[in-house]
Amino acid sequence: MSYTIMAKNLSLQFRDNQILKDITFEVENGEIFGLLGPSGAGKTTLIKILTGQLQQDDGYAELLGKDTRKLSTLERKQIGTMMDNFGLYDRLSVYDNLSFYSDIYHISRSAINELLKSIGLYEGRNTAVSKLSKGMKNRLSLARALMNNNKVLFLDEPTAGLDPVTTREIHETLEKQKEKGMTIFLTTHNMFEAESLCDHIVLLSKGSIIENGRPTDICKKYNHLNKLRVTLENGETILLENSSASAMMMKEYLEKNRIEAVHSTEPTLETVFMELTGRGLDSYE
Amino acid sequence: MNNMIAIFRKQLKDTLKNKTVFLQFVMFPILTLIMNHAIKIDGMPKNFFVNLFAAMYIGMAPLTSMAAIIAEEKEKNTLRVLLMSNVKPQEYLLGIGSYVWFACMLGAMVICTAGGYKLQGSIIFMSIMAIGILASSLIGAAIGTWSQTQMMATSVTVPVMMIFSFMPMLSLFNTTIAKIGKFTYLEQISRMLSQVNSFQLDVEGICIIVVNMLLAAVLFTIAYRRCGLA
Repeated sequence: MSYTIMAKNLSLQFRDNQILKDITFEVENGEIFGLLGPSGAGKTTLIKILTGQLQQDDGYAELLGKDTRKLSTLERKQIGTMMDNFGLYDRLSVYDNLSFYSDIYHISRSAINELLKSIGLYEGRNTAVSKLSKGMKNRLSLARALMNNNKVLFLDEPTAGLDPVTTREIHETLEKQKEKGMTIFLTTHNMFEAESLCDHIVLLSKGSIIENGRPTDICKKYNHLNKLRVTLENGETILLENSSASAMMMKEYLEKNRIEAVHSTEPTLETVFMELTGRGLDSYE
Repeated sequence: MNNMIAIFRKQLKDTLKNKTVFLQFVMFPILTLIMNHAIKIDGMPKNFFVNLFAAMYIGMAPLTSMAAIIAEEKEKNTLRVLLMSNVKPQEYLLGIGSYVWFACMLGAMVICTAGGYKLQGSIIFMSIMAIGILASSLIGAAIGTWSQTQMMATSVTVPVMMIFSFMPMLSLFNTTIAKIGKFTYLEQISRMLSQVNSFQLDVEGICIIVVNMLLAAVLFTIAYRRCGLA
């Protein structure tokens, strides 16, 4: 198995505050990896370590096969980042922001217009960034992160505070990048985003990993009831076990056209997180 | 080199839309042109306003603009993104530094024109200005690097700028200030500027300027090591 990112027993302490404790995980090539946790859990710090912006106290981290403390120009050129505060030049136009980075990355100016069209900002290319909405700034920031055709993309809360339409557009863009073989590492406290977008997630709480795996596997693991929740036409809800008796009951309900909805009792990531930590993903630590 | 040019071009576009920094570059050259032509008093030294505003320009424009640009980039996280995009800190600093230097040299050319110097005088005037602008840019870079926000940079820049910029003028009226001010680069620059037409190499003055520049370089190194760029 080949990994793009690998963290082994990573720890970081700031004064008396243990920011990260014994973090271990791997991110496979070409997968969308989600780091899920509430604000203050250590997600951004972990991104900073993995991208070589910060050094850990203990443990080892690898990006594209290299120690993150010794990333060379070659590796850095293959990383795209989109941090939570966009890092855009407010007074410059949308086009000028990208043209500046096209000079840095040695990309032709003609590619900028294509990129702007692909993210739906072509019409507003001459607008100053300060006049853009948060969603547009997010898209521009993502476009900048993508313009270098990187191998790895780090996204810190890419859809935080965005409307569902913009969120969906960003998800589609990320899925397209995944199809092209890009490895995407994103942090989020949005469990829906993690469930729908990520191949592999890690739940982080107070600097420690509390669960690691595929979203469906994690939800199945905490499906303690392991039953079917059937809502009948009269509003009554019944729980059916996996048994031949339940199958007979279902057959009867189906024949009498009494079933309104059928759900599994499988928990969401939010409920798993609450079960493990006693608090929700939107709470601050 | 390519990154430096890209940063230079970006900064040029940004300055045209940034009134605060733009004003720093053009205010003193315009003031010099106006005052030099509008005010003529008997007994006033030749090119009084040219020399006075040239020294103030050196003390204010490169220092404040350099500090403001770096601090703003740190505060708004653009510098972190830039460094993550494989731009080296020295490329960034040289890109911004060369931009500020060139922009100030354009202003210096306007002031020089107002002085009506001949070719040799103009070359001497511009050379002195070039050295002074470089020294102030170094101090500005140290302040910008040390500051986390623009507000912090301004709170440090203003007193430093006031001390350096007004010292040559205050030295004219107070001998104690003149004695202390002698050891500042701007006082020496101001003295050299007033002697452009009868310029003689002043070893002591050059040594003071060099020591000032070295101190600024040390200050910058300390700020860079302590705070870094992002």
